[in-house]
Amino acid sequence: MIRTFRTAFAAAAAFVLAGALPALAQESPTLKKIKAAGEISIGHREASVPFAFMDQAGKPQGYSVDLCLKIVDEVKKELNLPNLKVKFVAINAQTRIPLIANGTIDIECGSTTNNLTRAKQGDFLPVTFITGSKLLVKKGSGIKSLADMNGKRASISSGTTNEKALLAEIEKRKIKVETVMVKDHPQAMLNLESGRVDAYASDDVLLYGMISTAKDPSQWEVVGEFFSYDPYGLMIPRNDSDYRLLATRVIADLMRSGEMEKIYNKWFNPGPTNIKMPISADLKKAFSIQALPY
Amino acid sequence: MFGGFDYAVLERALPLLWQGMLFTLQLTGLAICGGVFFGTLLALMRLSPFRPVSFFAASYVNFFRSLPLILVIFWFYFLVPKMLGWPIGGFYSVLIAFVMFEAAYYCEIIRAGIQSVTRAQVHAGSALGLTYGQTMRLIILPQAFRNMLPVLLTQSIIMFQDTSLVYVVGLKDFLTTADLIANRDNRPVELFIFAAVVYFVLCLIGSTSARRLQRTYAI
Amino acid sequence: MNYKWDWGILLQEPYFGWIWAGFGWTCAVAILAWMIALSLGSVIGVLRTIPHPLPRAIGTAYVELFRNIPLLVQLFLWYFVVPEVVPREAGMFLKRGLPMPEFWTAVVCLGFYHGARVAEQVRSGIGAIRDGQRQAALAMGLTTTQVYRYVLLPVSYRIIIPPLTSDFLGVFKNSSLALTIGVIELTARSRQIEEYTFQGFEAFAAATVLYSLVTFAVMTLMHVTERRTRIPGMISLEAK
Repeated sequence: MIRTFRTAFAAAAAFVLAGALPALAQESPTLKKIKAAGEISIGHREASVPFAFMDQAGKPQGYSVDLCLKIVDEVKKELNLPNLKVKFVAINAQTRIPLIANGTIDIECGSTTNNLTRAKQGDFLPVTFITGSKLLVKKGSGIKSLADMNGKRASISSGTTNEKALLAEIEKRKIKVETVMVKDHPQAMLNLESGRVDAYASDDVLLYGMISTAKDPSQWEVVGEFFSYDPYGLMIPRNDSDYRLLATRVIADLMRSGEMEKIYNKWFNPGPTNIKMPISADLKKAFSIQALPY
Repeated sequence: MFGGFDYAVLERALPLLWQGMLFTLQLTGLAICGGVFFGTLLALMRLSPFRPVSFFAASYVNFFRSLPLILVIFWFYFLVPKMLGWPIGGFYSVLIAFVMFEAAYYCEIIRAGIQSVTRAQVHAGSALGLTYGQTMRLIILPQAFRNMLPVLLTQSIIMFQDTSLVYVVGLKDFLTTADLIANRDNRPVELFIFAAVVYFVLCLIGSTSARRLQRTYAI
Repeated sequence: MNYKWDWGILLQEPYFGWIWAGFGWTCAVAILAWMIALSLGSVIGVLRTIPHPLPRAIGTAYVELFRNIPLLVQLFLWYFVVPEVVPREAGMFLKRGLPMPEFWTAVVCLGFYHGARVAEQVRSGIGAIRDGQRQAALAMGLTTTQVYRYVLLPVSYRIIIPPLTSDFLGVFKNSSLALTIGVIELTARSRQIEEYTFQGFEAFAAATVLYSLVTFAVMTLMHVTERRTRIPGMISLEAK
């Protein structure tokens, strides 16, 4: 019954929309869906400072959110829907990929590593940040790198690349580290502050983000060498070349015009939380390489 | 390190917590309606003299009652949109999960309620020339619902508590909101104690009235 | 539906091992919590039947407190709040001193929560015994403790086997909440497999089958035990 309903619905939708849509939207399942629903769903993290986090009023903001909104502007133009509704859907490290894969969200704005395993579930837009795993510890803890973690307790956030990276390192170095799974960065911070764990393994930039929003930033430090490589990208549904092209165009335009760097500086240098991370040479290079011409 | 109990934190948190409570109440209300509706259907199916129908209903009930609610929430939240092929949004995903899950529990209560009405009344109904549907609708179900009202209320309180499990998928109900603020402001003691007190008071009111109903309303 | 099935994933390492490890933790949490629930619940249940206002009040207060707060909130209270409000050393012990703090927190929390439910069963079991038995026992010169020890409790346990079984299955199912504080039991493992392989259907199906099998096995066992221990002339209470 569901299938008949679905076919009928699709047929009706196609019939109604056939005349109204520009060529691109006709091909793209995502754009078609956005048009039919009259709204675009943005999945956002709630505490990935400064990529996607909540302001005091509970509205999502951040570097990735800004980039997503630029893409939304382009979608509005493409569909000729200036009043397209934007629906924000809160996601976390465990829900983000399934929600892209099952079509609940049309774009994911957070701090998601673009890797080849995840590419089976969703498509990634050009790399917009480059980072890797490190450890967040309390100053004076004596932990300077992973090697000092033997016999200690560490939090990892389930569903992240850091989880896999840390577990692999523990295996490789034959050290004994008790790991405690947490749901998200704030829960990890709570575990650190209450002394439940000695370290939290996450992407270096997110750890700096956590420090910048901590009550007493001078108490915390990020230590050790990188033990994973994490290039970030915004995620969109798979198998939708037209939608992907539209979004890639927006990002490439921003990179070419230099606006990307402005947005970067707005959030990182020094940024609203005073994270103070000037753009790295690598990222600058990545911006110029990915600024594809027409 | 947490110092004294800080009421100001709670005061600032109240507007957001209220939003969360509205979500919880909305989810509870809709899930009760759906659960009782499908629970009644299932109960009628379980009591059906037609074997395949009663077997199906019994299997459904036993199956759902053997699963943890968290697992059911995961199934529906992650996998149902995939199965349907179109997204239905987080709220509806968990709402469907709750309705399907709670229907199994409501079914058993309603079945017991229907069985508590004497068989003679069914015969009396047919003797008067009523159809099976009319007998059920006009004679049996009204009495049955009256008998089981307290138990239904108790189950609904359990469900009100169960809605806190949407925490696992990050939907902003009362508890998740409290957790978010607890993490943001690093005041878990205040927020979780406050959440516990609110749940306690609401559920105590509910369970006390369920007991009162039981005394005054039973046939 | 656009989905690539791969049931083989469940038999591959490390996923096969994960499922069994998760299942093991689920059983460990459930069984230990059940032991707490049963002993605590029996005490509280008995308290509620003693004809003296103070123990009754304590029993009632316990039951109302633990029944009217959602289990997840109780878990957070045990995990986040209790270690902060007890003296500092005790708090540190709860957080790091004891091995596997998350595991034991979950066990204790579930034990106390289900203790309230067991207490209600024990109370209704004792209530279902005709008062003549108590009076007869007292008339024979048994003390109140002896009346409970030799007459009321043994009889009551035998008639509440079915509802106690559903309570045990309740603990078993509710042990899944432990994943919120980081215990990697069966449900958490199936989600972890989903996160690693994106084969969510297979992973969740494996967990579903295991939970159902345990329920089925326990119910069968219960029917056998119940038939063996049934007291002639007494109807056992319905399973909830």
